[in-house]
Amino acid sequence: MSGEYVSTTNACKLCTPIGACLAFRGIEGAVPFLHGSQGCATYMRRYIISHFGEPIDIASSSLGEKHAVFGGGPNLKQGIINVIKKYRPSLIGIATTCLTETIGDDVPMIMDEFKREFLHEGLGPILVHASTPSYQGTHMEGFRLATRVAVETVAGSRPREVAKKGLNVFPGFLSPQDIRYLKELSRDFELPMTILPDISQTLDAPILREYPKIPRGGTSIESIQGMASNCASVEFGFTVTDELSSAHFLEERFKVKAFRMGTPIGIRESDRFFAILEAISGRPTPPWHKDERDRLIDSMVDGHKYMFGKKVVVYGEEDLVTGITSFLAEIGARPVLCATGGKSGGLKEAIKKVTDGILDTMPHVVEDCDFWEIEGLSKELCPDLIMGHSKGYKIARALDVPLVRIGFPIHDRLGGQRILHIGYRGAQMLFDRVVNAIIGKRQRDSVVGYGYF
Amino acid sequence: MNVNILEERTGQVYEKGQGPFSLKCNLDSLPGAVSQRACVFCGSRVVLYPITDALHLVHGPIGCAVYTWDIRGALSSNRELHRLSFSTDLRERDVIFGGEEKLEASLLELIERYMPSAAFVYSTCIVGIIGDDIQAVCKRVSQKTGVKCIPVQSEGFKGNKRAGYEAACNALIELVGSGPIDGISPFSINILGDFNLAGEIWIIKDYYRRMGIEVVSTITGDGKVKEIQRAHGARLNVVQCSGATLSLAKMMEERYGIPYIRVSYFGVDDMADALYRVADHFKDKRIMENTRSLIKEELDSLYPALKEFRKDLKGKRAAIYVGGAFKAFSLIKAFRLLGMKVVLVGSQTGTREDYEELEAVTDPGTVIVDDSNPLELSEFLKEKDVDIFVGGVKERPIAYKLGIGFCDHNHERKEALEGFIGMYNFAKEVHATVMSPVWRFVPRKEMRS
Ligand code: SF4
Ligand code: SF4
Repeated sequence: MSGEYVSTTNACKLCTPIGACLAFRGIEGAVPFLHGSQGCATYMRRYIISHFGEPIDIASSSLGEKHAVFGGGPNLKQGIINVIKKYRPSLIGIATTCLTETIGDDVPMIMDEFKREFLHEGLGPILVHASTPSYQGTHMEGFRLATRVAVETVAGSRPREVAKKGLNVFPGFLSPQDIRYLKELSRDFELPMTILPDISQTLDAPILREYPKIPRGGTSIESIQGMASNCASVEFGFTVTDELSSAHFLEERFKVKAFRMGTPIGIRESDRFFAILEAISGRPTPPWHKDERDRLIDSMVDGHKYMFGKKVVVYGEEDLVTGITSFLAEIGARPVLCATGGKSGGLKEAIKKVTDGILDTMPHVVEDCDFWEIEGLSKELCPDLIMGHSKGYKIARALDVPLVRIGFPIHDRLGGQRILHIGYRGAQMLFDRVVNAIIGKRQRDSVVGYGYF
Repeated sequence: MNVNILEERTGQVYEKGQGPFSLKCNLDSLPGAVSQRACVFCGSRVVLYPITDALHLVHGPIGCAVYTWDIRGALSSNRELHRLSFSTDLRERDVIFGGEEKLEASLLELIERYMPSAAFVYSTCIVGIIGDDIQAVCKRVSQKTGVKCIPVQSEGFKGNKRAGYEAACNALIELVGSGPIDGISPFSINILGDFNLAGEIWIIKDYYRRMGIEVVSTITGDGKVKEIQRAHGARLNVVQCSGATLSLAKMMEERYGIPYIRVSYFGVDDMADALYRVADHFKDKRIMENTRSLIKEELDSLYPALKEFRKDLKGKRAAIYVGGAFKAFSLIKAFRLLGMKVVLVGSQTGTREDYEELEAVTDPGTVIVDDSNPLELSEFLKEKDVDIFVGGVKERPIAYKLGIGFCDHNHERKEALEGFIGMYNFAKEVHATVMSPVWRFVPRKEMRS
């Protein structure tokens, strides 16, 4: 707790392995596997299901008391065998839990043994391991780490071919709709992209005649293998450290040029992203995307007075908070509190970067905080609007302030997987929702009850 | 049956009519099989969670606490401390050097902030490994603050949910017996094993009130520490369902000589049966009369309403997968009342006796399954061509992704399903999902038309 409290009340973060499982879910044919006791996997599945409305099978090594004493190796191996039998996966993404980290299971060694004992050369799924004790970091570290180890294990094993004209994109934890938007850009710029992870189908799937063991979609193993030979990488998120950065890894190891930027939420960061796409594809932005930008600005003019000076509290994952804050600054709102349960140490700087030159006063930036603290600060700051995932609803309700839901989890509304946050189109949707939330509140509170604004 | 089951699990699946009945259960979950089960901690948390004026502090890393934050529909008539999520949020340093200090400081901090009537401290997996002495910490803090702090030995890996029920009951018995019991009616009960989801306990309490019976405490739905402390003053423990609080009833029988009966409040038969048995116990003419007229009154208004649903639902096929098997019995009867057929029934943690009884009450061809997983369940649903699946949140997408209706019958539900009115709500929900026109657009049905 940023020094103030010892205990945590209503955490504003999730544990590390859930992030890893979500990222592994974005790889084609992959099964996330938690090495630990059964409860963690079941809890995480429930949590994810409530947002996406999708089944998510997370296998577990189901450790019991004796394994905690003698080590979980045999269960891990048995579990992998059962997953192979049942799912025929192309990749198994193994994330450790607090339990197995603490009893000190040497997962890389167990995996090596397993490969020697059970997998004939080149056969069987790829095994990837992310070390994710949750007493270090949050779900975002887990997400980034899983992405990175997938790249290290799969792409890192290949000699670099002659540079192709493809782009690696590491979006971080965005919505399936966001990922679909990136794919659309890939088509429109005629620029092949390898987006990792790609949850656009796996966590937003259609109803099928047969229940698929592993949902369709996700980044293919083949395209991950080709990442080292793409010409550049774009990675969203100012707070991603070098150790967790996949783009950084590919640059260091294979000299794949890395563009590390903020999540493209709002105009300026989207401009930056489109400029990169133009540069790499050698094509101008297609006119219909320019049109979207024009319409966005037009609507911002229409709505600017409603937003001017409106105080907003933003909370959630650092990179999402940064992007939203950047957007809010652009539309004339005044972000007053930027809060996160993460503690990358980089949020303040990131916020400064995206608000510099637009905001006179920096918002209050708090890392490693919980909703108890956010609520306390919000009461002092009297915001007009709150933006974040659904767990801030209690605060919004207590303060009688509208909550515009973004990110993950959204457990009290339908369609979290279809929220678009990024690009001009995403900014447009955010803008409409935000302005209408403000107008709606004013309308509700008004004694006159105007039917027009 | 044409379903692909992991070899090691074949003993945990049985189809009625196929050979003599045998079902293995109470086994450890198979590694890698994506069990729908939870952990010891989850079991304890389910049982104790609805105590509204106690502090529930989860000692461990953040996940265990954050995934159980306000996820159940247990309502309160006064304080709502249970809807907050408290954690010691252990970090690396604590894991290395021990978390006792942080636990003590957290407890003191939270007790000062909230002034709870008691505090439960749950230990999680990692605490079991690093070996914090939470008992000692609880004792110290109780002495310092005067607020009773009760350790719950719920290290996740030490078994499944049922072990968690035990741990919770062991914690509860520490409260029972410390309150005054004068003025309690000779016709008095405790309601055990009801969690006041969607206000259900208020429905049940009202029935007992109308019968002329005093409810001393509700354990743990809408639970209040002071009332639980007086629970030993009641003359009968009425224990519902799953067995979550059964061991508490047994302990109370041993310690205080309070007899118990097991009941279920789901479905018409079981609900009426529960009230009659309680009335029977007290052998009081007035109570018996009240009970009779209450049930008549309720049924008179319920049956005509159910008839409407029955018209549409007759012959439809249902599948059930629940945490404890006890609830499954009531559900089978409830579906029968609606004219429906149960073709699959299973539970996460049923016992041998549970499954034997299930075998006895189901129709031939019904599949009975222990500790199943999504792949298996989905294959059963398809194979048995069901119209509705009843389960919890984790089962919902399995049904929906196949284009099958679903009814949430778990702790997250927001609809009251107990009591006579609950049967009506249940029928309404089943009807709403089975009769929805959306299914005609899903691939499974499109294929046929
Ligand atoms: S033990 Fe660790 S991994 Fe498991 S739920 Fe708790 S915090 Fe998450
Ligand atoms: S760490 Fe243990 S107690 Fe916590 S959720 Fe996982 S299995 Fe349960």
